[in-house]
Amino acid sequence: MRQPFPHPLNLDTGLVEMSHGAGGRAMAQLINQVFVAAFDNPLLGQGNDQARLPMPAGRLVVTTDGYVITPRVFPGGDIGSLAVHGTVNDVAMAGAVPLYLTAGFVLEEGLPLADLVAIVRSMARAAREAGVSVVTGDTKVVERGGCDGLFITTTGVGVITDDRLDLSGDKARPGDLILVSGTLGDHGVAVMSQRETLTFETPILSDSAALHDLVADMVEAVPEIRAMRDPTRGGLAATLNELAQQSGVGMAIREADIPLKPAVRGACELLGLDPLTVANEGKLLAICPPERAEALLEAMRAHPLGHEAAVIGRVVQDPDCFVQMETRLGGRRIVDWLAGEQLPRIC
Amino acid sequence: MRYVDEYRDATLGRGLARAIAAAVRPGTRYNLMEFCGGHTHAIARHGLEDLLPEGVRLIHGPGCPVCVLPVGRLDMAISLVRDHGVILCTYGDMMRVPGSEGVTLLKVKAEGGDVRMVYSTLDAVTIAQDNRDRPVVFFAIGFETTTPPTALAVSRAASLRLGNFSVFCNHVLTPAAIQSLLDSPAVRDLEGGSIPLDGFIGPAHVSTVIGARPYEYFAEEYRKPVVIAGFEPLDVLQAVLMLVRQINDDRSVVEVQYARAVTRTGNEKAQAVVAGMFELRKAFDWRGLGPVPYSALRFNARHAAWDAERRFALADRPGRDSRGCDCGAILRGVKEPRDCRLFGTACTPDTPKGACMVSSEGACAAYWIHGRFRDARLGEDRRCANHSPTP
Repeated sequence: MRQPFPHPLNLDTGLVEMSHGAGGRAMAQLINQVFVAAFDNPLLGQGNDQARLPMPAGRLVVTTDGYVITPRVFPGGDIGSLAVHGTVNDVAMAGAVPLYLTAGFVLEEGLPLADLVAIVRSMARAAREAGVSVVTGDTKVVERGGCDGLFITTTGVGVITDDRLDLSGDKARPGDLILVSGTLGDHGVAVMSQRETLTFETPILSDSAALHDLVADMVEAVPEIRAMRDPTRGGLAATLNELAQQSGVGMAIREADIPLKPAVRGACELLGLDPLTVANEGKLLAICPPERAEALLEAMRAHPLGHEAAVIGRVVQDPDCFVQMETRLGGRRIVDWLAGEQLPRIC
Repeated sequence: MRYVDEYRDATLGRGLARAIAAAVRPGTRYNLMEFCGGHTHAIARHGLEDLLPEGVRLIHGPGCPVCVLPVGRLDMAISLVRDHGVILCTYGDMMRVPGSEGVTLLKVKAEGGDVRMVYSTLDAVTIAQDNRDRPVVFFAIGFETTTPPTALAVSRAASLRLGNFSVFCNHVLTPAAIQSLLDSPAVRDLEGGSIPLDGFIGPAHVSTVIGARPYEYFAEEYRKPVVIAGFEPLDVLQAVLMLVRQINDDRSVVEVQYARAVTRTGNEKAQAVVAGMFELRKAFDWRGLGPVPYSALRFNARHAAWDAERRFALADRPGRDSRGCDCGAILRGVKEPRDCRLFGTACTPDTPKGACMVSSEGACAAYWIHGRFRDARLGEDRRCANHSPTP
């Protein structure tokens, strides 16, 4: 059989060109040699404009997210792995099993193909590890200066198989306990330190990780969980405020109970950041009825991604929906949404 | 975390709170002004007001560099970008402060103006190095702490022969502002002043540079005790205790709580660097305080070439505060944030009308971000039982 592309792309020194997004042979070749090769699954391999999927039993979950992070490669991950983890996590927060991803790429003319391949391979590895397939996608190229290297959008599809699960941000009730799965602020500080070329005795890595496996253990142990959310942009502060508003309740947390790595606390002091407003990409917050909190904490701590899980406070009645914190010293303050912009393009 | 946790120890903090409660005399009011925004921020962030007895009242002073810069100076910075096409390098908070007509540097940037956020003065020098064909101006603001770094940036630019670099200098002086407060009719006892002021929590970082000596005049002449305190919560609590004791004993001297960093004479090397490059302005406008004599610095004749005001022939602008904004009165301690009718309605950290709502060191932002539950529960027990996070 004749090779459809007699001259293979030079993946070592080649650059993305406008023709790679123009719909011609060059685009077909890029898709074939970079995306299909890395994501390697039969649905994508069929080469259709869409993926035809069997309807799974249960409730479908769909979510979508765009990734514009800079720098593209940061300590503990890159934009490719992040584009998988972030979307898988948004699916998982409903208690769902993630199944499929779609991926849209906006590439900047002049992006080295080697950089693109590295990111796509990282993305494929993250998807494989998370047990999801990238089943369809899209590629566009914009002129130099039209975007910053590459932007990725992924859509995730999953399914809730357990009928008992009903997780939603409006379900928090006074008396419920608030749990987090581990140390906070790692992702934001890792990216920030890379950008500001700060170095620490122990390098701070992003916590970027797929949480669906931890979630599966959690909902199996405690199907009564009221709500789960991953505190990404805006950090724990934003997530608590969102849930408080959605449920029409207040939140009361204790500063001393919030897990923080000493290096992250130190970096935040140095940079003048509040670690509670710093982004995470591999942590979740769960709200559950008080009588089930111990079982939930036990299930979380038994999982490698939750071994530093902690109860950090409880849901209270409050018509003003304030998130309040008892400080280490025993005073009280509000934990507010982040105002303005702390760190642009964090995910 | 060493050198931080020690100063946030809960047991020691409660011990200090008990000692303060034991020291205050029933029926006596202790009105203490923390001059610095750094203290205002620490008090709000750590909820320190909950640890103080009824009789101790903290008044937030004007020591927030972003807050005291008058609108006119910001308008001048905006004009540097819009009319002179410079690359303006500024600290982040300054970008969100509204100038006249509500224009912010953030908006100027969105219009296409070249405004860059920097973390240090040297970042600005690097930007000038990378853009030798364009004028680059560093928007210098702040008290005595930030002046030496500005001076060093200029020295560096000089050694790199960066003819495209200059500084829009807005550095101001703490002692002059304290004096202006003490001389204001609102404070002076003789004129039936409306702000009772019994003592000062003195600046932390500023005092590392200027030392403790400059405050001795206020303690002696105005009979106001001053305790220079660090920015950690235990520092603030200890300073309150020291002030309460001075007031009880009818003493008024300068004491240094922040002894780990502040000496009587300060950082003489930094003082010399500043003295070699800057001179006093006859007067400078402060938001809230109005024109204050000899309260700010500008480049001396020998360094005039680095002065953006001279290089671009910038004219002083009057500037106009947002209508209804009480920043001025709040900076003088005459009003509290909740007394302003814009507070929390038209003016929030997301839509600031006045500078005090922008910087986390501003009294309004500190109140809104960390303390507004107190207003929501006026009249209720400050330690509402239902808000204990422990089940």
